Amino acid sequence: MSAVLVSVLPVSAAGGGDAGQEEGFSAKELVLGHFEDSYWWHIGTFGQKEVSLYLPVILHSPATGWHCFSSRKLCGGASYLGFSIAPEGKYEGKVVETLSDGSVVRPFDLSLTRTAAALLFNSAIVLAMVLGAARWYRRRKITETPRGLAALMEWAVETVEEDLIKPTVGENWRRFAPFLLTVFFFILINNFMSLIPFFPGGVNVTGNIAVTFVLALASFIVINLFGGRAYWKDIFWPEVPAWLKVPVPLIPLIEFVGIFTKPFALMIRLFANMLAGHAAIMCLICVIFVTVSMGAAINASMTVVSLLFAVFMNALEVLVAFLQAYVFTMLSGVFIGLAQEGNVKKDKIVEKNKN
Amino acid sequence: MGMLQPEPGLLIWMTIAFLIVFGLLARFGFPAIQKTLDERRKYIDSSLEEAAEARRRLEGLQTEMEGVRQEAQKQKSEILKSAADAREKILAEARQRAGEEGERIVAAARLSARNESEAIIREARHQVAQLAIAVSERLLRGRLEDTQEQTALAERLLSEIEQSKADNKEV
Repeated sequence: MSAVLVSVLPVSAAGGGDAGQEEGFSAKELVLGHFEDSYWWHIGTFGQKEVSLYLPVILHSPATGWHCFSSRKLCGGASYLGFSIAPEGKYEGKVVETLSDGSVVRPFDLSLTRTAAALLFNSAIVLAMVLGAARWYRRRKITETPRGLAALMEWAVETVEEDLIKPTVGENWRRFAPFLLTVFFFILINNFMSLIPFFPGGVNVTGNIAVTFVLALASFIVINLFGGRAYWKDIFWPEVPAWLKVPVPLIPLIEFVGIFTKPFALMIRLFANMLAGHAAIMCLICVIFVTVSMGAAINASMTVVSLLFAVFMNALEVLVAFLQAYVFTMLSGVFIGLAQEGNVKKDKIVEKNKN
Repeated sequence: MGMLQPEPGLLIWMTIAFLIVFGLLARFGFPAIQKTLDERRKYIDSSLEEAAEARRRLEGLQTEMEGVRQEAQKQKSEILKSAADAREKILAEARQRAGEEGERIVAAARLSARNESEAIIREARHQVAQLAIAVSERLLRGRLEDTQEQTALAERLLSEIEQSKADNKEV
């Protein structure tokens, strides 16, 4: 566990390095720096040597067109082809282009940033796990007992289906199982990988709003694209007293807004939970460095306390990582199930969801 | 606020990544696992059913076997009983025959003994008669020395003979 805690530091140090040149230790800069994206993946500082994985910067400038180069060329505030990383201001930490007339603009930035790279890496893990298990089955007979990855995936898939998908989606569950399973394993692997503090992990992918936005958007599309007639009728002509919907469409309006608030809640819930968990762990680790100036005795005792709390938080985060994947999948399933209920009355749906 | 603002670049990366992952898993990943799960479930169900069927059949066989065993037991006891009966019968028959034979032998022995004794008696009577005749001859010879007495006797004898003739006629 101590290895885990110690290795949180390189990641945080990367954030600190980006943040500024000030001498003193700034916990705020460090913690916020962890959540900022960057153009390289800081692996660690070994002695005096900083080791980073420099990722490709992909840009489209309105003036000069497409550019693709290594982020090493922008390291340390350097400028390359007029591009540099803004040290401050509106575009702080992002690549900006200084045009010939001296004005600073932000080009269209499709760079493979640290978060994007971690995202692709984690996606590859998800693919390898599921396709590896599927391959195992394709090669063997069903009478054979699955081992290793196949056994794990078989158990996991069956558990998610039995506990999450079947009870929430209802009769049509087979149609939506691949989507919900993909969402579950995608979030789960990203959450777990973000808790591993050293190189291939440690990037808070699911604590990034862009990532959760796409996930929620996918749920939104699936919910509404496959929604039945009863679902749409319930939104635009719900069974309420007529005066609530005729002159002023009050309830239909609320229902319509509800279409968007459901996935919005999904997006914010996952993002905020992962962000908060990481922030808590980072802050607890920062306590060690903040108390350095308060003398050896206080620093030593606070180190012990913060380590204990950090261990606890890490354990909690493992639970949260699973729980958030579970909740996202379950709620997506519930919303899909609600949209699927064809002509069945609402009380039946409630009954089903209780089960 | 910066944290709540999705980066367009990352949005695009995420969309691509998620679509690729979803596309591949929905096509090659989960359906294969799902199929296997379904097949295995079916296989387990059918195996259980077969096992139950086999058990049922075994139980049927056992009851059948029990029946056969009981039948055999019954036959055995019947055979034993009939054997005992036959033995009894044979014994009884033999005993009866032995008894009859014995009786027959005894009867024969008795008959021959009686014949023998009758013959002996007859022989004895014959000898007694001869002796008596001889004695009476001697007696008569001694007594019939005078003629008068001879005539008297002859006359008495004649009258006796006539008497017995008359008796025979009357009969």
